[in-house]
Amino acid sequence: MGRIELKQVKKSFGDVTVIPPLDLEIEDGEFVVFVGPSGCGKSTLLRLIAGLEDTTDGNIEIDGSDATGLPPAKRGLAMVFQSYALYPHMSVRKNIAFPMRMAKLPKEEQDRRIESAAKALNLTDYLDRRPGQLSGGQRQRVAIGRAIVREPAAFLFDEPLSNLDAALRVGMRLEISELHKRLDTTMVYVTHDQVEAMTMADKIVVLQAGVIEQVGSPLDLYRTPRNKFVAGFIGSPKMNLIEGPEAARHNAHTMGIRPEHITVSSESGDWTGTVGVSEHLGSDTFFHVNVEGFGEPITVRAGGDVDLHYGDTIYLTPDPALIHRFDDKGLRIA
Amino acid sequence: MATQQSRSAARLMMAPAVVLLLGWMLVPLIMTLYFSFRRYLPNRPDIEPGWVGFENYARFIGSSSFWPAVQTTLIIVGGVLVITVVLGIILALLLDQPMWGQGAVRILVIAPFFVMPTVSALVWKNMFMDPVNGILAHLWKFFGATPVQWLSQASLESIIMIVSWQWLPFATLILLTAVQSLDSEQLEAAEMDGASYLNRFWFIILPHLARAVTIVILIQTIFLLSIFAEIFVTTGGAFGTRTLTYLIFQRVLESQNIGLGSAGGVYAIILANIVAIFLMRIVGKNLDA
Repeated sequence: MGRIELKQVKKSFGDVTVIPPLDLEIEDGEFVVFVGPSGCGKSTLLRLIAGLEDTTDGNIEIDGSDATGLPPAKRGLAMVFQSYALYPHMSVRKNIAFPMRMAKLPKEEQDRRIESAAKALNLTDYLDRRPGQLSGGQRQRVAIGRAIVREPAAFLFDEPLSNLDAALRVGMRLEISELHKRLDTTMVYVTHDQVEAMTMADKIVVLQAGVIEQVGSPLDLYRTPRNKFVAGFIGSPKMNLIEGPEAARHNAHTMGIRPEHITVSSESGDWTGTVGVSEHLGSDTFFHVNVEGFGEPITVRAGGDVDLHYGDTIYLTPDPALIHRFDDKGLRIA
Repeated sequence: MATQQSRSAARLMMAPAVVLLLGWMLVPLIMTLYFSFRRYLPNRPDIEPGWVGFENYARFIGSSSFWPAVQTTLIIVGGVLVITVVLGIILALLLDQPMWGQGAVRILVIAPFFVMPTVSALVWKNMFMDPVNGILAHLWKFFGATPVQWLSQASLESIIMIVSWQWLPFATLILLTAVQSLDSEQLEAAEMDGASYLNRFWFIILPHLARAVTIVILIQTIFLLSIFAEIFVTTGGAFGTRTLTYLIFQRVLESQNIGLGSAGGVYAIILANIVAIFLMRIVGKNLDA
């Protein structure tokens, strides 16, 4: 079981309020991702749940009982840290055994859990090595192993993939998602990378300056962002946000259109512009187009074989059904 | 990294310093070695100076004061090491806590290290341990006890106390930097794993400090083997406080037996170098990593 509920949780450091009162429910077995730009309070929020920081106000309930004043170890949560926080002087086996040793579990039970965790995480051959002798990905797996053996009510991940290189990150992303499917335990995952959030989450919580901007499934957030911030944050490359007369023509203060929802043509279209920088990815090409009357260049996605170059004239047609409209406060107009 | 040219230029420019230091070290060393094989008592014109081979070495070890002196040395060095390392770790952990006036407190803690050994020994002897006027005597009297005659009744303990007071700042400082270099996420991870503060200290902090503790022990050992002022000023080697260093001093200056004292000096050099080899290895390993 791992149902976590935050009720009017508030956190301040001295006079600075990092997280104004906030409510959030995390269902049992859910994979929840906190995502937001750096300094938005997502890590603080995770540490509040873990018990590594005290709440200034409000309650944290785990499985229906109040855990606000409980020390971290009593909350039944396990955490994987950004730096992995492995104990450098202990072998992998001892690292994984540490929480069980602290809980004074019988030796046979410890060994059984270590074996099964090592098997699940492909660590069997490395059990007697020190963390210093392992690669980044292996260390990451040891950290996860140390969390698994406690059989926690929920796992907390604090930007666990940010120290890995791009290729490993994709691999670990899959492994963590698979682990979640297999264990069916609640996972709370903090990241600044919206791709990680989109690919892994059941539910995404978008945070900015300690405030929850939107909560929803990845596709909800992609299709109906509640405000300009979420619209710009979710999706890669970013949604184009256009202000001025063009937005007014669509009865909005700001109109948003994703790069993938614009049709590119070299003959005719709604907007005329000149091609700036183009990024060729093979499968796709992203053009940065300067359109007359728009403040900023627009990013559009085209097929990999579109033959347009710097300075060429380009015609763009946004898909009218997929235009997002926002009012002057940045909120979505339904 | 360096080119051939910059390497030879570096050698050339370092040469004066190296030659000077080498001479500085070699001249006394060779003189000590030379005297250690001589019979040389400048105050006894009746005894002819001359070569005696290893006689001085044999006599130095064979003397009835040698083994007690070794024992005294070991007790002082060991005692000071235990006190400074244990208190050093405790102080380092305390100083690592955020508190008001942290900077001032840290400077105060380091202060004893800047007091000259002679001065600090005199201060301890006259202001603290004096059986009539010392603060400790007043304290004892305040509680109705008979003041302890520190330097005669508990002479070894007193000297250990004085020297520990001098070296505690050094240990604290090195251990404090080691404590501060510990990744806080490791402690938090241990906290999540259910480790109590004592467990965290025992399983995480102490192993992390292991290397710093070794360095403190080795550096202090080298310096503690040669403590002299503290003994000279307080007991003058009486009441069982004659260390190896002090014995050498007595042989050379009080008995005016320069050959015998030099032989003792060579023993001391060998002893200090054994410790130094271990120290170099550990420090070297640290620099490589």
